[in-house]
Amino acid sequence: MGLDIRLPIGLMFTLIGLLLFIYGLVTPAAMYQCSLGINVNLKWGLVLVVFGAAMLYSALRPEKKK
Amino acid sequence: MPHLLFADAVHLAWIDYTILIAYTLFVIGIGFALKRYMKTSADFLTSGRSIPAWVTGLAFMSANLGALELVGMAASGAKYGISTAHFYWVGAIPAMIFLAIFMMPFYYGSKARSVPEYLKMRFDERVRALNSLTFAVMTVFASGISMNALAKLLNQLLGWDYHVALWVCSGVVLLYVLKGGLTSAIYTEVLQFFMIVLGFAPVVYLGLKDIGGYGHLKVALEKVATNPMALDLNSKAFAPDAWTSAWKPLLAGPAHNPMGVDIFAMVFGLGFVLSFGYWCTNFLVVQRAMAARNMTAARNTPLIAAVPKMLMPVLVILPGMLAVGLAALDKGYTMPKAAPADAAIVAFQQATAAKLPPADVAKAVTAKLGATVNEPQFAAFVAQAEAAPKPLANNEVAAGLQKTTNLPNDYDGVILSLVKKYCPSGLLGLALTALLASFMSGMAGNVTAFNTVWTYDLYQAYMAPNKSDSHYAWMGRFATVAGILLSIACAYFARSFNNAMDVVQLVFGFVNAPLFATFLLGMFWARTTGTGAFLGLLAGTATSAVFHGLTLATGNAVGVKGGYFAHLIGIQPFPFPSEMAQNFWLAIFAFSVCLLLTIGISLATRQTKSKEDLRGLVYSLTPRLRDESVPWYARPAFVGVILLACCVILNIIFF
Repeated sequence: MGLDIRLPIGLMFTLIGLLLFIYGLVTPAAMYQCSLGINVNLKWGLVLVVFGAAMLYSALRPEKKK
Repeated sequence: MPHLLFADAVHLAWIDYTILIAYTLFVIGIGFALKRYMKTSADFLTSGRSIPAWVTGLAFMSANLGALELVGMAASGAKYGISTAHFYWVGAIPAMIFLAIFMMPFYYGSKARSVPEYLKMRFDERVRALNSLTFAVMTVFASGISMNALAKLLNQLLGWDYHVALWVCSGVVLLYVLKGGLTSAIYTEVLQFFMIVLGFAPVVYLGLKDIGGYGHLKVALEKVATNPMALDLNSKAFAPDAWTSAWKPLLAGPAHNPMGVDIFAMVFGLGFVLSFGYWCTNFLVVQRAMAARNMTAARNTPLIAAVPKMLMPVLVILPGMLAVGLAALDKGYTMPKAAPADAAIVAFQQATAAKLPPADVAKAVTAKLGATVNEPQFAAFVAQAEAAPKPLANNEVAAGLQKTTNLPNDYDGVILSLVKKYCPSGLLGLALTALLASFMSGMAGNVTAFNTVWTYDLYQAYMAPNKSDSHYAWMGRFATVAGILLSIACAYFARSFNNAMDVVQLVFGFVNAPLFATFLLGMFWARTTGTGAFLGLLAGTATSAVFHGLTLATGNAVGVKGGYFAHLIGIQPFPFPSEMAQNFWLAIFAFSVCLLLTIGISLATRQTKSKEDLRGLVYSLTPRLRDESVPWYARPAFVGVILLACCVILNIIFF
């Protein structure tokens, strides 16, 4: 099929990751008592961005010649 | 708001809704992006055999990883511990490898568009009709059951209206399947796979960190195993390793493991009959491999799927084990409790409205509840309800009763209770979206299997042969709409007639149990005849029903759980230590009868198919596939052996 699935996966996780990361930056530390004091939004948001970017990179890099 | 102290619903922040909406927009967007590639009926129903192996591989695994599987595996992890992993390491990996190496060449090479169509090529129309009809009905019911669970969940958890939740979620599925067909479903399954992994991994990590690592979890589970009565998990004590060893408690016998299963039933019943019957013949999963772009990709599909499948217990079973561990250590976590009956809620509301003293309220409620109350907490809850300015709402009463009475454990609520405990807004949205995604892609998977079987195996075969391809493409889309509407009807049916649904699922269990015998003989013994296969399959199904009617698991009442024939003829049903053992043995009997009868009848009847007819369909009459163009380390047989070795190593580590 013409659509490379890595493209939407990469886009979606980059977007959601960025959202979580920014949300983690602006929310107070008191909110993270339930997650054992870890700002999971900040950290996991970053993981999602890295994953999404890796997907995007592999979808968009030029095809290697055989 | 003091009167909300006991209320337990989840409040989503805007960020959570944003994540949910973003996911929904992406899946619909994928459907629309694929629309322009949907030209023929084959594009729509079989993806035009064009998808790379890693995508079909993840979809293959993901199609089975529905929400009910997620919820159910965590529940079993809590009830039985690490032995639940047998459903993966014994009950899936060997069958997936067998499918890749031995069976995929026939499915893919025969150019059949569905599993029933293969049966028609190999045997005759009768076998195809039997298989396609039962399969079509089964997929509709399966997707209905799953959508009912989803709508109920959204209703209880977020307070959405049941009907709105059901129709909106089904509408989203309809939209993207109608636009992008099977490819849409496969792509969303891949998306769902990553959602589940990335949505649940932080929850598992936080749970593990909270308890202090796997070592501490083991200690806690040893405490659980020696006294499961404390958490109401089991009525008797086990050896300390019953929750933390996969094989030792099984080897000790059915009385010494919480599953109540013997080793033969586990290895032969689950590991061979049920597992091969599901993974190697169920069109829902096999369809993913058939959509691959060439033979190598088709054979690699189950092998690629086996890698995440092997590791999945970390995400789906470990949470259940963590939950009982946390509960045993008093880490501020209690096992979720079953929802109280509506009558008990009404009784509580009436009694507190009349300002009765706590002891009288308790009396009124326990009569309807079927459970006792915890005196001091219950009295506090009654005092709070009677002091509230207005009567408590139904969900507030329900949550209060769950906390102050001895209702049975709600194992299916385990995974959600952990999400609620550890996830702040943001992560909460991600985890809930993952759960929602698996419900919706479960429906999409079933509907795409349904529309293919309907269009090619029922409509084209029996109602309207020799029409133009555009006619079948139209029918495929029509079947998609019809499939979704039927699923919604089944969801309502499941909601109103819970017991009838148990019967429906029971009957499907009867049909599935003997199925692998038919495929095994069909693919590996050229002498098997259509009559033998058809009658053998019918007899196997009948055997399931008779076996079920003559046996009963200890503690169950005669009825939908078995024993009805024994009751009719006035004998004691044969007792099994657990329902699981009863099911495994049922499969073993049904398989054996189907196998022996198919062999017997085949020998007694004439083979109507010539050797030429069976070329490409039967092992001995098909030229061996030459993998020489592929380097030795990438050949399916080699990869399969490596995967099997990894699986054995996992079993040894957790022996």
